[in-house]
Amino acid sequence: MEIERSSVFSQPALKQNARLAAGPNVPDDAPLVPRRRPWMPVAAAACVAVLAFALWKLLENPVVDQDVILEYLFKDVTLRGVGVTLFLTTVSMAAGLAGAVVLAMMHLSDNSVLSGIARLYTWLFRGTPILVQLIFWGYLGIFIPELSLSLPGIGTIFSVPTAQVVTPMVAAMLALSLNEAAYSAEIVRSGILSVPRGQVEAARSVGMTRFRTFRRVVMPQAIRVIIPPMGNEVILMLKTTSLVSVIAGADLMTNLQHVYSQTFQVIPLLIVASIWYLFMVSILTIPQSWLERRFGQSLARSQPRRRKSRSSDSKAGKPALSDKRG
Amino acid sequence: MIANPLVSVRTLTKSYGHKVVLNRISLDIAEGEVVALIGPSGSGKSTLLRCMNHLERQDSGCVLVAGEPVGYSLKNGELHELPDRALSYQRRGIGMVFQGFNLFQHMTALENIIEGPIGVLKLPRAEVEEKARHLLDLVGLADWADHYPSQLSGGQQQRIAIARALAMRPRVMLFDEPTSALDPELVGDVLEVMRTLAGEGMTMIVVTHEIGFAREVCDRVVFMADGEIVEQGEPGQVLSAPVHERTRDFLRRIL
Ligand SMILES: Nc1ncnc2c1ncn2[C@@H]1O[C@H](COP(=O)(O)OP(=O)(O)OP(=O)(O)O)[C@@H](O)[C@H]1O
Ligand SMILES: [Mg+2]
Repeated sequence: MEIERSSVFSQPALKQNARLAAGPNVPDDAPLVPRRRPWMPVAAAACVAVLAFALWKLLENPVVDQDVILEYLFKDVTLRGVGVTLFLTTVSMAAGLAGAVVLAMMHLSDNSVLSGIARLYTWLFRGTPILVQLIFWGYLGIFIPELSLSLPGIGTIFSVPTAQVVTPMVAAMLALSLNEAAYSAEIVRSGILSVPRGQVEAARSVGMTRFRTFRRVVMPQAIRVIIPPMGNEVILMLKTTSLVSVIAGADLMTNLQHVYSQTFQVIPLLIVASIWYLFMVSILTIPQSWLERRFGQSLARSQPRRRKSRSSDSKAGKPALSDKRG
Repeated sequence: MIANPLVSVRTLTKSYGHKVVLNRISLDIAEGEVVALIGPSGSGKSTLLRCMNHLERQDSGCVLVAGEPVGYSLKNGELHELPDRALSYQRRGIGMVFQGFNLFQHMTALENIIEGPIGVLKLPRAEVEEKARHLLDLVGLADWADHYPSQLSGGQQQRIAIARALAMRPRVMLFDEPTSALDPELVGDVLEVMRTLAGEGMTMIVVTHEIGFAREVCDRVVFMADGEIVEQGEPGQVLSAPVHERTRDFLRRIL
């Protein structure tokens, strides 16, 4: 009974509403009372309570020694590690991106051998754990002891021990950038595919070469699609560098691991590492949002690049030489 | 027969799979001539137009523009496909306007127009910009130079696209249904620009369903069906007194 009375949308009620039209029993300026959701503040309060409890537990815990944290936060060994982490991230990301563009273009090419190779590469490097790849490059010297180039008839041109060339640092860069190339290639490829075919045809029809079309028309538009997931990749890369500790990479994580393996201050030093990673990730979001704004410019419908009054609209309606009609 | 055609299509043939889209098409177009290409959907009009600047590769036959085979060079009686650079060079002289405008979305109207002359023709920027402003004026969009395509109506975009093609100083302009994607009230502005161009002696090949435009502006109407030219001639004759049943059929349906 209750339901029937309150159901405004039941057929008889609708008809009645229609008959009443402007609803004489609703006062013109009836105050509007928003719906109340009393459990929302309760949920918020519960969350705050849980968080506060966790934080308090963390800070009062004797294992979390704040003096140790403060001591190591700006210690030389930490800062050097931060430097290596940033360097590894930058170099691997740049090399990975360059490789990704090449891979994406190979994948999209008409030549089935080229696209097959690109597909195989992606399959291999995405399909195996990065940890395995790091160890592989780190211990390359075990199954290829010497890097040498010898030509038949001329003899050996050069020969060096692998371990001398592929230092842990080089191995780390190799592993990270080769792996990154595989992931970013898919991002770049989807970016390129997002540019409509007509853009290319228009560019070709004004006499642009393939290369010029790619550089001036396809890439600038693909970048808009590429940047957000690429920002994600950079952040992932920054944290993935911590894995190079398995081949003694001297990055932030490796350095701090060395320290706590001797001092046993595991938790405080892990907190130091986390603080630094959080800080670096936060900083990284600034260029990302700047880039997104920079390349998203032409999509903003609201304003022309330089402000112009819209009063010219009517004037623009007719072509100037319309008097030539005939 | 035209003595010295600017554009000459010779026994052009093109198939997609088993479907023959162009069946030994031959067509000569004189300098300054404005030709309307009409015909039912799927008759191969777009394909013919796209072969004319080698956006599409034909199976046999060729297209000559100013005596040069488009997309090929003649060596020992064989047509060898041109390398990218030489093909791009040829395309400078052949302007194209698309049904979907295809303005570069990341460039303003002005940037769209000057991209070719600066990047491809390597002309000095100041000169190109002046010419571009003149072209913007011609298409009635002088005040819209700094707008991005997404800020322009379809009709405005298409007029910018025409200006972009004109900026390359082409010898011939190809239009593939330039007004088909437009709201009816915007069609007039674009046709107006094309009428102006025709008046200035530009050689134009226009795929269109605008019979009024074909009748008033074009020198010749070519009717295509199933990859063949069924009938062609003066607009008055083809549009008002078509000889072939297929032409009559088509005209009855679209008018
Ligand atoms: N890339 C392609 N692959 C396969 N078939 C195609 C391709 N492009 C065109 N076709 C076919 O070729 C035929 C002719 O196409 P075309 O676009 O030239 O016709 P049209 O006369 O321009 O038609 P419309 O008036 O619809 O634009 C059509 O049957 C079409 O399905
Ligand atoms: Mg078509």
